[in-house]
Amino acid sequence: MTARESARCLGISLEELEDWQCCGAVFPLATDAIINLASPFRTLASAHQAGADLVTLCSGCLNVLRRTNKLVAADAEIRKKLEDFVEMKYAGERKVFHLLEVLRDETGFDQLQKKVVHPLDDVTVAPYYGCLLLRPAEDMAFDHPDKPVIMGEFLRALGAKPVSYPFQTECCGSYLSVSSVDSTRQAASAVLKSAQAAGAQWLVTSCPTCLYNLELAAESLDEPPRLVYFTQLLAHALGVDAYLEENGALAKNVMPEVN
Amino acid sequence: MRRIGVFVCSCGLNIAGRVDVQKVTDAAAGIPGVVHSENYKYMCSEPGQNLIADAIRQKRLDGLVVAACSPAMHELTFRSAAKLAGLNPYMVQMANIREHCSWVHRDEEQATAKATDIVRAAVEKVRRDQPLEPTRIPLTKKALVIGGGIAGMQSALDIADAGYDVVLVEKDATIGGRMAQLSETFPTLDCASCILTPKMAEVARHPRIQLAMCSRVTQVAGYVGNFTVQITQAPTYVDWEKCIGCMDCQERCPSRLPSEFDRGLGKRKAIGVDFPQAVPNRPVIKADHCLYLQKGRCGICEKICPVEAVDFQQQEKVWEEEVGAIIVATGFDVLGAEAFAEYGYGQYPDVIDSLAYERLNSSSGPTEGVIRRPSDGEIPKEVVFIQCAGSRDPDKGKAYCSKICCMYTAKHATLYRHKVPDGQAYIFYMDIRAGGKGYEEFVQRAVEQDGALYLRGRVSRVYEEDGKIVVKGVDTLAGENIEIAADLVVLASAVTPRTGARELAQVLKVPADQDGFYNEAHPKLRPVETVTAGVYLAGAVAGPRDIPEAVANASGAAAKVAVLFSNDELENEPLIAAVDESKCSGCLWCVPVCPFDAIEEKELIERVGSKEVTRPVATVNAGLCQGCGACSVACRDGAMNLKGFTNEQILAEVEALCLMTGSPE
Repeated sequence: MTARESARCLGISLEELEDWQCCGAVFPLATDAIINLASPFRTLASAHQAGADLVTLCSGCLNVLRRTNKLVAADAEIRKKLEDFVEMKYAGERKVFHLLEVLRDETGFDQLQKKVVHPLDDVTVAPYYGCLLLRPAEDMAFDHPDKPVIMGEFLRALGAKPVSYPFQTECCGSYLSVSSVDSTRQAASAVLKSAQAAGAQWLVTSCPTCLYNLELAAESLDEPPRLVYFTQLLAHALGVDAYLEENGALAKNVMPEVN
Repeated sequence: MRRIGVFVCSCGLNIAGRVDVQKVTDAAAGIPGVVHSENYKYMCSEPGQNLIADAIRQKRLDGLVVAACSPAMHELTFRSAAKLAGLNPYMVQMANIREHCSWVHRDEEQATAKATDIVRAAVEKVRRDQPLEPTRIPLTKKALVIGGGIAGMQSALDIADAGYDVVLVEKDATIGGRMAQLSETFPTLDCASCILTPKMAEVARHPRIQLAMCSRVTQVAGYVGNFTVQITQAPTYVDWEKCIGCMDCQERCPSRLPSEFDRGLGKRKAIGVDFPQAVPNRPVIKADHCLYLQKGRCGICEKICPVEAVDFQQQEKVWEEEVGAIIVATGFDVLGAEAFAEYGYGQYPDVIDSLAYERLNSSSGPTEGVIRRPSDGEIPKEVVFIQCAGSRDPDKGKAYCSKICCMYTAKHATLYRHKVPDGQAYIFYMDIRAGGKGYEEFVQRAVEQDGALYLRGRVSRVYEEDGKIVVKGVDTLAGENIEIAADLVVLASAVTPRTGARELAQVLKVPADQDGFYNEAHPKLRPVETVTAGVYLAGAVAGPRDIPEAVANASGAAAKVAVLFSNDELENEPLIAAVDESKCSGCLWCVPVCPFDAIEEKELIERVGSKEVTRPVATVNAGLCQGCGACSVACRDGAMNLKGFTNEQILAEVEALCLMTGSPE
């Protein structure tokens, strides 16, 4: 909701894909694990049928969909198998974007800045990229894999002060939260502490898995940075949160109070 | 009727393991015109060559087919053997039944049949061969050496000592190259300056060596023995003829800039020398930082110069040199900051590369040889060295091993312990490659006597925390993740060709590999030559090299040049293109297809009836033509023929192959 209303405010129309399903969550590294590609393939093919490019709000989805898209465009054998299995035709004609990219390349951060009605006046925010948004750099072609700037620019456009900290591209622990909670807690804590040490009041992420792991780790820390999803910041800055609240769509505590 | 001999080589089991050599020999005996055929285990050996010589004399052979390996391997061997026995060497044809046959086939019967066909085709070619004589061309006994590092200097000295003039072109204002930046050298730890600076002086003093400083080679025309080279010299803004090297200008210059020579760790003046022992010891003005040249103010150097040598009006200078041979010794660079974001190189001042560490170690460096970290000048107590920074890492585009890093990192750790006895050096490595005399012992000493802690594994991230540089890595032998809070991190960055090496390769018409290192004519047997006759390689231009290897290389290249110059004339390979002027229509399609610019237009004067008419025809420059044959393919009139590979000969070969008489079916 936050994303859709924000986008509307920026003049971008986002249509929810009918009958969508999970992206598959992990891009398979085994070259013969074709069945794992069926789900993202179906998503891509559905977007193609609907005649639109695909926008995701999640780094993980972007990672799986973009890599699957590249693979089916390049590998006719795999494409054929997927087409037969899913019973839909698709050959990589569409593009997959993360909403951050749309804001950067379509709207433009300078234009976004002009639309901001509630600037996040000088809140120090740690941009957290994690892994899936950036790597593998060759496939994702999103931003510099070790020195990314896109979230920093996004935050600056919203009036916040991005802080630089070394763990912004470290892994949050990912799905180890299923099998080894301690490992994720350790990994996510390191990220939070690094952001904390750099003086971040908030930490912004673009991936629900990261957010989940970070929330888990935050429980055991003293005064951790507040965790927000980038679309929440966007909605707040654009002033659409009031609208959302009126319509009952914005849950309580979603938006942290500005100190 | 030709009297042709066929000699089939077993090449040990290389050929005989797949091809029935005796069958091929017997089949060859039945080919019309073949009066002798035999086989031998190693035809290229002396007994093998003697067999050939004896047969030439006894059977009065006037054409030879040697069925063996690729002509690139031994054509010259057999041609020389034939020549000694009194046969024109161009009457020898290799039939390649090794690379083209035995090595690539499994089935013995089919391979034997194919070998027979290849021999038959070669016989058809030899039947149409004509004796050829090499043409003779004069040569200029003066060499050009590009690059004034240790390799270039060694080449220049050796050639000059042999009695030939040398032009040494160096892009910087001093000779000495990378070695001048080094502190000590492995595995003996003798100081680089002590062994380098006397050599620099010797180069400068040598009456046969002419230095072209601040210069680049911008054009090369001509061919072996007769190159015309264009040299472009950047303005120094100081008349070096007048300058007496007092360096008052450097003393008084108010403009400072980071010293490139010191890898940005120290400052230099806008006018001055790279380092005090620079040769020639003459200052240059860095135009981008000179207040006068940028803003029209200052001009102190001009005012105080006692000999009025400062000349702000100086322009770029371009001139040509005639030389007979060229040695390329352009050396190496190291991979830059853009490749190492994960190591924080370029972001944190205390993450430096190995060349910068050399400058910290050097007694003429920015810290006068005391190891101080760049950020605050403190003496680092924990130093992490990261080997293979970019090397052996296809993701960084450098799949190769940079070869010198294992050794210099061991040296760095050793020197560090000598200078900071209570300090600890950690070295992350993949493998230790210490192949060389005294090298392995040197690494062991670093470990056993100088306490270097070697950790086998890669570093994932380097970041700053509480004034320390935290290095996160893994020790794969212990199976542990490792975190070191270091004071200084040194990257053994991958060795790359010098910036601009690729462009120079194009100017020189020398091929380079995917990494930009120049290709040797043969990686084992012709390591200092290139495929372009008269152009030689010395040092790291052809790949990562340490000092002894670069010097040996340089002397090798110099010896090749000296051998070349020992001739008063050069023999030119007669296998070049020739124009049948009666057939040539003057369309000159051959001119653009020639990769060596060897074909020109010529006016032919003919008498038609009582009138004299002129018409254009193509003409081939025998010195430039390399015999590639592109023109003969492009020629619409069939007027262009490659000697030794005429259209008629090629067609006869193809026809013989198409018969496939050797085929079992």
